[in-house]
Amino acid sequence: MTDILMPALSPTMEEGTLAKWHVKAGDTVKSGDVIAEIETDKATMEVEAVDEGVVTEILVAEGAEGVKVNTPIARLAGDDAVAPPKAEAPKAAAAPAPAPAPAAAAPPAARPAPVEAPARPAGARLFASPLARRLAQQKGVDLSAVKGSGPHGRIVAADIDGAPAGQARPAPAASPASAPAAAAPRQVQSLEQMGIPAGSYDLIPLDGMRKTVARRMTDSFRDIPHFPLTMDLEIDNLLAARGKINDALSGSGVRASVNDLVMKAAAIALKRVPEANASYTPEGLAMHHHADIAMAVAVPGGLITPIIRQAELKSISQIATEAKDLAERARTKKLKPEEFQGGTFSVSNLGMFGIKSFGSILNEPQGCILSVGAGEKRPVVRGDRLEIANVMSVTLTCDHRVVDGATGAKWLQAFKLLVEDPIKMLVLGA
Amino acid sequence: MDFDVIVIGAGPGGYVTAIRASQLGLKAAIVEREALGGICLNWGCIPTKALLKSGEVYEQLDHLADYGLSVEKRGFDFSKVIERSRKVATQLSGGVAFLMKKHKIEVIEGAAKLEKGQGAPKVVVALKAGGSRTLQAKHVILATGARARTFPDTGLEPDGERVWTYREALAPKTAPKSLIVIGSGAIGIEFASFYRALGADVTVIEMLPRILPVEDEEVSKAAHKAFEKRGIKFRVPANVKKLTKSKAGVSVEIEVGGKAETIEAEVAIVAVGIVGNVENLGLEALGVKVDRTHVVTDDHGGTGIPGLYAIGDVAGPPWLAHKASHEGVHCIEHIAGLKPPGVKSPIPGCTYAHPQIASVGLTEAQAKEQGREPKVGRFPFKVNGKAIASGETEGFVKTVFDGKTGALIGAHMIGAEVTEMIQGYVLAMTLEATEAELHATVFPHPTMSEAMHEASLDAYGQVIHI
Repeated sequence: MTDILMPALSPTMEEGTLAKWHVKAGDTVKSGDVIAEIETDKATMEVEAVDEGVVTEILVAEGAEGVKVNTPIARLAGDDAVAPPKAEAPKAAAAPAPAPAPAAAAPPAARPAPVEAPARPAGARLFASPLARRLAQQKGVDLSAVKGSGPHGRIVAADIDGAPAGQARPAPAASPASAPAAAAPRQVQSLEQMGIPAGSYDLIPLDGMRKTVARRMTDSFRDIPHFPLTMDLEIDNLLAARGKINDALSGSGVRASVNDLVMKAAAIALKRVPEANASYTPEGLAMHHHADIAMAVAVPGGLITPIIRQAELKSISQIATEAKDLAERARTKKLKPEEFQGGTFSVSNLGMFGIKSFGSILNEPQGCILSVGAGEKRPVVRGDRLEIANVMSVTLTCDHRVVDGATGAKWLQAFKLLVEDPIKMLVLGA
Repeated sequence: MDFDVIVIGAGPGGYVTAIRASQLGLKAAIVEREALGGICLNWGCIPTKALLKSGEVYEQLDHLADYGLSVEKRGFDFSKVIERSRKVATQLSGGVAFLMKKHKIEVIEGAAKLEKGQGAPKVVVALKAGGSRTLQAKHVILATGARARTFPDTGLEPDGERVWTYREALAPKTAPKSLIVIGSGAIGIEFASFYRALGADVTVIEMLPRILPVEDEEVSKAAHKAFEKRGIKFRVPANVKKLTKSKAGVSVEIEVGGKAETIEAEVAIVAVGIVGNVENLGLEALGVKVDRTHVVTDDHGGTGIPGLYAIGDVAGPPWLAHKASHEGVHCIEHIAGLKPPGVKSPIPGCTYAHPQIASVGLTEAQAKEQGREPKVGRFPFKVNGKAIASGETEGFVKTVFDGKTGALIGAHMIGAEVTEMIQGYVLAMTLEATEAELHATVFPHPTMSEAMHEASLDAYGQVIHI
């Protein structure tokens, strides 16, 4: 008898919704069969069986929300070869922390338990005092990695002191000065206390994506010393190049957008100025080998940043094809975790809304994020003459711990060169 | 080897330790020079509660009209009040004897002294019945307790006639008409409360700025007011200069706010603290470290001498029976290799006067000193339904939470039966509860315990019934 456990589809996944069962009690499954669909805050994933067996019991009903990782969800009977399912190959990739690699990295029979706590069987209830839980939350400590000293190994408050700070936020732990600020929870008054009476609004419950956005953006904005650099770019040449490219692509079903060209240019600029393609870690500065460009996509209820991997090596048509596919699947929640986790640099474009210029919040652990405004006709001064040109303002938000002002400026110069004279993308490409 | 463990002293620390030892499969003996159950059971906690109950019931007769009742003639027979108290003590001491037998613990009656032994010290017992026995065990646990502190230089020394300690105060032949209580800790206040209930003219002298000085300041103040209402007089803060005995009784010279005053009474009770029973045990020869009459111990009761441990009053404050039992169990479990949880359990304190006082953890002032930015809640019994129905509206509940983490770090109560209710907070603190768990706990209605819920809600601005 083997318990099938709720898989961790990503290193940071804590819980998910059991969206759909593809099997029922009594069904025989064999390796590779899709047995269930799990929905997280970011994506819906199919869960495959690894080996053969008979499903004897479904433990978590279809549609159940907030199912914690490693909770038994079904029971399989069979020979010893029967193993829990493994999630479809989410690689640890450029994950922000040395989180336990999910099932893919583990032998089939091994359960995806957190590495640090071998004493607790996977899926077992984690015993911790209310105060210990609160302290862990305040300090960003992962309770599953803490050894409890209380009765029956219960985690008590004293165990949290000295426990390593959590994977979610490596930075503040390394910096004593910022630690107290990070540790203090924000005291939020109720709307009633702030003069907005109950009944005068509707309350939409926080879903997983909203919670993730809220947590990651708060952590990032509070803990990372960020600064913006803004530059105006003339894009008449870029628009002309796009026209020619799309002429060439006509009939192929692929069309390149300005954003596709921006991403290509950004990728090449990152190869030209590799110092900007970096992440701060307490152990050192991680200089990334490739420009994995995360593109912000608005989806119902939030946003997600699917990634064009190694964009510096891809052709414009490849980038356009991938971007379209990723954006579509993002909107239908069909992205796989490895398609939206990681990334070394982000591009956020609000030009289609007519936004002239804006500064984005850094997407940890990336060192930079580029905010792209609308291309519009503006007066430009050439020599002593006033002319009209298509101009686009871009803002690069930098993590000052890894990308200094001069580095950011250097990158923007390289980027400007490529955008204003797109043919250079061919010459200077990686 | 005669025993695995010998416990010296059969008070609530010692006998509980011996029972736990037996449960753990250790062959145990217990040495007691007086009576099983120790001071707690024979001359402390238990017999005083019996007296206080008599006093409370008697005093309640004054208020019968409040309940629509009447009594034709009230009165008391002091010797019967004392007799009842002694009977209760005897009954419970017999209970301990039964427990020792049940757990196959050998009871050795006599006074123990330690000598250098093999591993643990040898225990030489001068037997009550005459003669002596020399015993060797793997482990020896000192649970010899403590006794009242005296100051012979200022006359604060019991003579059994006019100057008492708790011991004489528990079984006098007649009830004093007037009484001076020196010291306003739990012991002093309980005797003041009891004798006042029987009609004595009682004056309490406290050296520190407020009575019940270990309690939260608000509780001290409320207690002061409540006792004054009952007719107890206080001299606070006051220094005792001299106590002299006269034919009629005692005369106590004190200094209050720089002014000298002399108070006369039939009897004085000395309740100015506790000293550990560390004498005549051979501790010096073994090199046991003793600091101000208390054996110095580590977290598990270890004395630094191989095989020798100390628990309870003799190992230091707080001098409370339940603390002794807790330390004893922890010590023997450690000896047995059980690795008891290293977490310090919060220790509640109770004073069984009328009104009662109970507390656990930090006072508001202590929490502030420690930089805990406390969130404090209060709830008075005067708006609690059950309290009003019972005619017990005096007092309040106060909670102290850590402002940063929300952990409950202190609770302070004064009022009827609060000593029975404090345990709710003690459990909450032992489980490391935060305000969230206390707020989410359902308290039965109607009970006085609802005030505990309200006081924790009040700390977070969510109190309902005020």
